[in-house]
Amino acid sequence: MSRITVPKTFKLYIGGKFPRSESGRVYEVVTAKGAFLANAAQASRKDARDAVVAARSALSGWAGATGYNRGQVMYRIAELLEGRRAQFIDEIRSSEGVSASAAEAQVDAAIDVWVWYAGWADKYVQVAGNGNPVSGPYFNISTPEPTGVVAIIAPQQSSLLGFVSVVAPALVSGNTVVVISSQSSPLSAISLSEVLATSDVPGGVVNVLTGSAAEVAPWLASHADVNAIDLAGAGELDWVDLQIAAADTLKRVLPPEDGVSAASVERIIFFTETKTVWHTKGLI
Amino acid sequence: MTLDHPVALAPAERAVQLIGGDLTEKSLRLHLEGLPGVDAVGLEARAADLGTRSIKTTSKAWALDKIISLIDLTTLEGSDTPGKVRSLVAKAMVPDASDAATPRVAAVCVYGDMVADAVAALGSAHSAGRDDGINVAAVATAFPSGRASLSVKLSDTADAVSAGADEIDMVIDRGAFLAGRFGLVFDQIVAVKEACRRTDGSYAHLKVILETGELTTYDNVRRASWLAILAGGDFIKTSTGKVAPAATLPVTLLMLQVVRDWHNLTGERIGVKPAGGIRTSKDAIKYLVTVAETVGEEWLDPHLFRFGASSLLNDVLLQRQKLTTGHYSGPDYVTID
Repeated sequence: MSRITVPKTFKLYIGGKFPRSESGRVYEVVTAKGAFLANAAQASRKDARDAVVAARSALSGWAGATGYNRGQVMYRIAELLEGRRAQFIDEIRSSEGVSASAAEAQVDAAIDVWVWYAGWADKYVQVAGNGNPVSGPYFNISTPEPTGVVAIIAPQQSSLLGFVSVVAPALVSGNTVVVISSQSSPLSAISLSEVLATSDVPGGVVNVLTGSAAEVAPWLASHADVNAIDLAGAGELDWVDLQIAAADTLKRVLPPEDGVSAASVERIIFFTETKTVWHTKGLI
Repeated sequence: MTLDHPVALAPAERAVQLIGGDLTEKSLRLHLEGLPGVDAVGLEARAADLGTRSIKTTSKAWALDKIISLIDLTTLEGSDTPGKVRSLVAKAMVPDASDAATPRVAAVCVYGDMVADAVAALGSAHSAGRDDGINVAAVATAFPSGRASLSVKLSDTADAVSAGADEIDMVIDRGAFLAGRFGLVFDQIVAVKEACRRTDGSYAHLKVILETGELTTYDNVRRASWLAILAGGDFIKTSTGKVAPAATLPVTLLMLQVVRDWHNLTGERIGVKPAGGIRTSKDAIKYLVTVAETVGEEWLDPHLFRFGASSLLNDVLLQRQKLTTGHYSGPDYVTID
């Protein structure tokens, strides 16, 4: 007996929940060869607004957690990703049209990058912070703190590795993020948000919007409650305008990149603000 | 409860005219219990329907400005300090420092002992009877519970009025109301109204808080609304904000219907003030629609409709900034008290 296929209609991931787009729109996700794969929600500017509100309210909890705690939470996600290897490989193969071994290599690389960044959670402060030399009876200490809400336009081509390579570095220092996933292959991002929803990451720390970056990104770039924007996957967009809009509210901006961004501590430190404090030696 | 002998009630003008000269607890009870019951399902369906109107662009801009001009900016905390009242007043006078075109709020609402601080902070912006200033509203009569003797309630009220309060927000004795002692509640409102009298003979506006969250049924809300109006209230107000549920759209709609009926009956206009739980512009706009479609647009006036709110103002300002600048604003761009 032949079965009727059950095509899925995926939703957004905002504030730890999976809502439909406020606009009610969906779009078809197709394989590299053009066959129907699933429906995904097409986010509107109001979904972006809601996501920023969720990210803002989740910020104090996530930024206030110890680096060690954040590292453990992120490492746990890597464990869950391992458990879903087969699903990710399958999704990457069908949506990107690559071979099984290439998909497998991408999933391995994504998990490795995630673990690499997780390890930095309780270490980047030691690298980026400093005890400043002063000629007086006090200490002067500089320490990095998360900048706040980071909007990210994920790379369009590499659906899982590209996504992980931009989300993890912003997350690890305690920022909360609003990510616009790859428009043509959003399935890996959606599956990753299902992983995040069942992990220890508090709701609102990661918010995933699927749909058109060209439509949503300008609203995030000009949003006064977004502290930084990563234009990694905005190469095809009018990204100079996005930079100009972001400058109005003094956002930190990372420019577009070709391919997948390389893992680096600089990427973590970029989304931090340096706080410098002094403390007297006299009372010791 | 049966009464051995009829208890005469304080002669309140409205009640005497409607019920007749022999105003007793029994005649009041007969009148209130003779009110038709509320169709709860119909009421909620109507309120839900009124919440679906789409208010966009220029209408929205008008609505946001209107909401600001209808707000009673409120701080009712045990931790209120003179400094906190001053900052509240500063916000009432200049809600948005980045846009001078932002209207002022209608009033600031504080505890009775903070009235003098609010009046001093307002200075020449205090309305003090004029039409263009900001009023000072004071909660009185052992707010929020209303559990005190009548003499305490009256001196509480008189203190606030003599300190310069333009409006008194009183709470009814819900315990007495629920026990069926309508006459007691009625007499207290009449007495408090008299305590609102200033030395020059004019009266501070009296808002009667029904605390609908404690009245349990829509029928009770309708009776309490009639009771408050008959006893001489200038405004009927939903809640103290200290009890959940506070203001809801169906309850406000019901109170507006009573106000409409009273207007049809006597030509007199009574105000309505939903308070507590209205935090977003979207919610507030639903209330505006409800007012306009129930009693008419003329009620969208600070003399006849108010929002009792504290956090609502910031959300309205954020929406307003979004409309004027074209991009989303954030909580960093409004004052947080």
